[in-house]
Amino acid sequence: MTIEFETPKPIAQQQFVLKTVAQEMMRSQSREFDENEHEIPWSYIEFMHSAMKSVGGGSLAPKEEKAKEGGEQKEKRPPIGYQSLAAQIEMLAWGDVGFYLITPGGGLGAAAVQAAGSPEQKAKFLARFNDEKPTFAAMCMTEAGAGSDTSAIRARAILDEKTNEWVINGEKIFVTAGDKSFNVYEKLGKGFIVVWASIDPTAGRGGMRAFVVEAETPGVQVTKLEHKLGIRASDTAVISLVDARVPFENILGKPTVEKTTTGFKGAMATFDATRPLVAASGIGVARAALEFLKEKLTENGVEIRYGLPRNKLTSVEKDVIDMEIQLRSAWLLVLKAVWMADNKKSNALESSMSKVRAGDIVTKITQKAVEIMGPLGYSREFLLEKWFRDAKITDIYEGTGQINRLVVARQILGYSGSELR
Amino acid sequence: MYSFEPNEEQQMLIDAVGKYAANDLRPAAHDAEESRDLPKKLVDKGWELGVLQASTPEAYGGFGERSAVTSALAFEEMACGDLAGAYAVMTPSLFATPILLAGSEEQKKAYLPKVVEGAWAPYTAALIEYSFDFDANALKTSAKLEGGNYVLNGEKAFVPFAKDAEAMIVYANLDGKTQGFIVPKNSAGLSVADEREKLMGLNALPMYRVKFEDVKIPAENLLGGAAGHDFELILASMRVASASAAVGLAKASLDYAMNYAKERDVFGVKVAQKQAIAFMLAEMAIEIESMRLMTWEAAWKLDAQKEDAFTSAYLAFTGAADMAMMVADRGVQILGGHGYIREHPVEMYMRNGRGFAMLTGLAIV
Ligand SMILES: Cc1cc2nc3c(=O)[nH]c(=O)nc-3n(C[C@H](O)[C@H](O)[C@H](O)COP(=O)(O)OP(=O)(O)OC[C@H]3O[C@@H](n4cnc5c(N)ncnc54)[C@H](O)[C@@H]3O)c2cc1C
Repeated sequence: MTIEFETPKPIAQQQFVLKTVAQEMMRSQSREFDENEHEIPWSYIEFMHSAMKSVGGGSLAPKEEKAKEGGEQKEKRPPIGYQSLAAQIEMLAWGDVGFYLITPGGGLGAAAVQAAGSPEQKAKFLARFNDEKPTFAAMCMTEAGAGSDTSAIRARAILDEKTNEWVINGEKIFVTAGDKSFNVYEKLGKGFIVVWASIDPTAGRGGMRAFVVEAETPGVQVTKLEHKLGIRASDTAVISLVDARVPFENILGKPTVEKTTTGFKGAMATFDATRPLVAASGIGVARAALEFLKEKLTENGVEIRYGLPRNKLTSVEKDVIDMEIQLRSAWLLVLKAVWMADNKKSNALESSMSKVRAGDIVTKITQKAVEIMGPLGYSREFLLEKWFRDAKITDIYEGTGQINRLVVARQILGYSGSELR
Repeated sequence: MYSFEPNEEQQMLIDAVGKYAANDLRPAAHDAEESRDLPKKLVDKGWELGVLQASTPEAYGGFGERSAVTSALAFEEMACGDLAGAYAVMTPSLFATPILLAGSEEQKKAYLPKVVEGAWAPYTAALIEYSFDFDANALKTSAKLEGGNYVLNGEKAFVPFAKDAEAMIVYANLDGKTQGFIVPKNSAGLSVADEREKLMGLNALPMYRVKFEDVKIPAENLLGGAAGHDFELILASMRVASASAAVGLAKASLDYAMNYAKERDVFGVKVAQKQAIAFMLAEMAIEIESMRLMTWEAAWKLDAQKEDAFTSAYLAFTGAADMAMMVADRGVQILGGHGYIREHPVEMYMRNGRGFAMLTGLAIV
């Protein structure tokens, strides 16, 4: 092992290509889909789907490296799947984070199947993302009465032993890509949503399970699409489930309840993988804002004099230098967290660290950039004000800044959830 | 590739320095600060760890190659023990490292063995000037070429161990550019103040004002020889060293505050169980880690001679200096009134933490 910061070649090449995609397919339409919430940027979705298919899969998720049969053992290169994914996400979000969130593929729904599903379940549910049409999946955890506190979830799944089906009742809110995953569109393949519900409310977290609910399952309905501060190209759905029936084998994890929370913890491990990726998406937005700001400052003859002592810099120079420090350091935290994931090191601490830092700095950077740009920053003629609105979500979903601070604090203090709540 | 794990050799060095920092430097720090006196034995022991020796090639009396990354790793550990102690132990590298980085072959051969082969000896450097608008790239101390000699004029501040210095590198303004000059002991016109500097922190480290009045030194003493050298490389290396020290100091503050908060009872629980405190601790840990990575990256870029290495070093230094101040401030806050009392080290960390922004010249490892 060593300490090294050289961008791996495959990542550098991929970024080069993605930058064009970000400019041509995303930036160019950013404003339009921000102003027309709930419209769907089909050209982007279809382009991404065929692009991803042509490189071997219908989603961004890291491909499992398959050993070639018969062939000689090649020298093993260190895995960079998550590093590469984080870089992709950062670049796509630099293009438009709302679009990135509706990149076809399994998203968080598939991630849950990946984390908690059996090999048969993975084969059955995940194959579809390689089909002809772009396909989506979503994750339904949050409820009106249960956000950060996921143990307060009320959705209920009861086994109907006569038909061997689970009967699910409940209402889920804030489901990213819930509409595209559950409703069937002409241009889309049939997706699914992963719904968290309790099979035994007396067992608390130990009773919670995730269920794969196929698109258009009777009794399930998208009842509302939210209107949001930002990321408006991304649909955020309310989904109600009334006596929704799903096959027995669609439960992820054990159908019986034990007096432990391991099942839940296993699924929560998904977050260790996804938090740095969410951080990466926020960082892409902040980089867009900072680059724009620097470009405009240059155009207006404002030079940033790197190397000067602090007390000799102008206020704008100081701000820009701080923003660069924040951005780079947050990105390095992401890189370390995904590098750990690639190398199968437990990264719960680093994941949450990267999420906290990103949540903080992307909001600060975009807010500061608008301030420095003055009236131009506030104008909808530029995308800066949109990035300011888009960035804020980074500190909210996949565990708010506060929840991730709790995770970090518990880890460094060696406290349990009950010792520090 | 990206990679975030020290190699075996680096890990051994980290472990050795870490042990010295925890078992020797830290326990001595309080008394050293209060009495303004660092035990010589303590400094010698740190010197014997061989941090500088290991980054000096054999040809010049050492036993390894310099790596800014390795140096940063070692210096963070040492500074985590005690900042003044770490500066003192590494003072000879203020003299040796610039020669290693920018000196001519003759200069390396002439000076490096003297510094690294023997016991710790007061070789030092003078960069900082006592002025509100001090800027390492716009020095007031001047150097002029006159009849085959350089003539130095001006005054330097905060020069560690200047009193007994065997030799020092003096940075001066040569035709608008900062250049280093090797100035021998007893040079005519060089005078060291009798009184030590009186500063807010770092009191264990003996520092002095040094005056240069028409100090004549031979032309070959310009660092790098006749053509001079790239001061930016030296400055960037100083910044990386300072940044790693800032990370070490901040870590010391976090460790102390965290242990205290886990023991301190308030309202029926440990104070660390209160979110207001726990979140501060979490943020301190996050800031420290993020600036540690900035520092590593800048160091790696210096080693790999990346185009933007100097900018990275500047950003790492600026960020780490701010971070150290913020973390050290919170370290005091977490101890409450007790944090304000000098029995606990956090107030000293706070005083020392304020220094980084202006004291770049004190470290190059
Ligand atoms: C655009 C968008 C997309 C989303 N996508 C999805 C999705 O795809 N799937 C999904 O399941 N959910 C999704 N969410 C939900 C998101 O994860 C939750 O909104 C988030 O976890 C916070 O929950 P909450 O909104 O109920 O806030 P609350 O939990 O009510 O929190 C309110 C405030 O209290 C703080 N707080 C809460 N608990 C603590 C504590 N113990 N200590 C200190 N402070 C605390 C929070 O940080 C927050 O500031 C999405 C949300 C949005 C806005």
